[in-house]
Amino acid sequence: MSSIGTGYDLDVSEYSPEGKLFQVEYAHKAVESSGTAVGICCRDGVVLAVENIVTSKLYETNCNRRVFHIDRHIGMAASGLLPDARAVARHAREEAADYRQSHGEPMPLSELASRVSNLMHAYTMYSAVRPFGCGVLLAAFENGRPQLYGVEPSGVYYSYHGYAIGKAKQNARTEIEKLKLAELSAANGVKEAAKIIYSCHDEVKDKYFELDLSLTSAETAGRHVIVTGEQWTEASNYAKAALEEHDSDDDV
Amino acid sequence: LFPLQFSSAMSASFYTKPANNGNAGVAMETSWDSNPGRQRTLQPITTGASVLAIKYNAGVIMVADTLGSYGSLAKFRSIPRVLRVNDATVAAASGDLADMQFLNTVVENHAIDEEIHEHGIAYSPASLHSWLTRVMYNRRSRINPLWNTYIVAGTEAGQPFLGYVNMLGVAFKEDCLATGFGSHLCLGLLREALDAAGGYAGLTEETATSALEACLRVLYYRDCRAYNQYQLANVPVAKPAQVSGPHFLQSDWSVAKLVKHYTE
Repeated sequence: MSSIGTGYDLDVSEYSPEGKLFQVEYAHKAVESSGTAVGICCRDGVVLAVENIVTSKLYETNCNRRVFHIDRHIGMAASGLLPDARAVARHAREEAADYRQSHGEPMPLSELASRVSNLMHAYTMYSAVRPFGCGVLLAAFENGRPQLYGVEPSGVYYSYHGYAIGKAKQNARTEIEKLKLAELSAANGVKEAAKIIYSCHDEVKDKYFELDLSLTSAETAGRHVIVTGEQWTEASNYAKAALEEHDSDDDV
Repeated sequence: LFPLQFSSAMSASFYTKPANNGNAGVAMETSWDSNPGRQRTLQPITTGASVLAIKYNAGVIMVADTLGSYGSLAKFRSIPRVLRVNDATVAAASGDLADMQFLNTVVENHAIDEEIHEHGIAYSPASLHSWLTRVMYNRRSRINPLWNTYIVAGTEAGQPFLGYVNMLGVAFKEDCLATGFGSHLCLGLLREALDAAGGYAGLTEETATSALEACLRVLYYRDCRAYNQYQLANVPVAKPAQVSGPHFLQSDWSVAKLVKHYTE
């Protein structure tokens, strides 16, 4: 399944004879072994959700969120190494701040995605640094249009209607494809995203996880808002109920 | 070619532009030798007139007219001088409006910074007042002042807060404040209102608002650089800050006919 890159995987600046950059591929593996992050463009907003796997019950809840604010109007969800994700968030925040300062208006998401991609790509070109071990989903609701970009450790990025990265990305993407995004309201999207996270969560391998949810929509006036309180509980309960229903379907 | 930028790694502030030299975003140093075109502030150019503020039993109210004067020319008649920093803090400035807009941008950027970090800590009016004092004093100490007088109002630890900072870095807190001509013509009126109520705890929102309006009217009659369109900021202790405006001041100039040689 995985080709061993012996000898060609010590520097990210070294190609293998097959034309692979093994360090970048290993960075992808860091993302793939981390909790799933999901982004969904709904009719009137964008939802981000992350399966924030918690390794110890001793941690305070929400102490290590995997959803970040990048300026007021852009949200970022991350899968992979959290410190790397924080570094990406910090750079993104600087870019957004700089843009706001110079242009007198909030940074368009397409521009920010390009800058984040440039950054992550830059770290794949020099032997003195290593690639970022995280993938990020960037979301905004601009001029009435929901937007979602996904940037991977190689620096490649696309604009998506819906996307997932992390351990259960295949299952999650399949679930997203089943949704009718053009008709889905952001408020319902929050619940659907929670449901996808719960359904893709592997109970056996990772017992305990926190659901990080965020929303940028017409209702929030384009502001990126971390979902907490009643709305979070509602989404979480919806997801758990759907899971039980699914489980009971299996008992035939 | 190294893409590493860790200059701001230690601090949590991203909005340190335009002067990215770590001094909280405000240009402190001026190297005269390397920057011969750089000059010191000698005089304010486009100016704002008085700012008035008074505490009441459940908060603070602040007013400032919306005029930007270019010397004696009433040039810009719709300049907002009141800044809403966050739910608990507002600030307004008189003096040079370019300096005010510059400082307001820095303050707003700090506020955005705090919002996105979501650690639940936001600029309290006392901390903003303290920060402004340091900035203004430092600039005056370099003989390159920001030519403004700021009034900071809000809710601090559940109590109404009102603070003053001027271009010399002189700072104090009081129950009623005014800048410029307001301090000459209106401070007495505001203090009378407070005395009549036995302190701000006895002053209602309505009485405070009408006292400020009366003062604005006095200023419009007597201060040549005042205007009859203004913004009002109300920061109740228990509710978020609200900046409203523009409000229009009714004034009666019929007394002009009594002036000798006055022709319509």
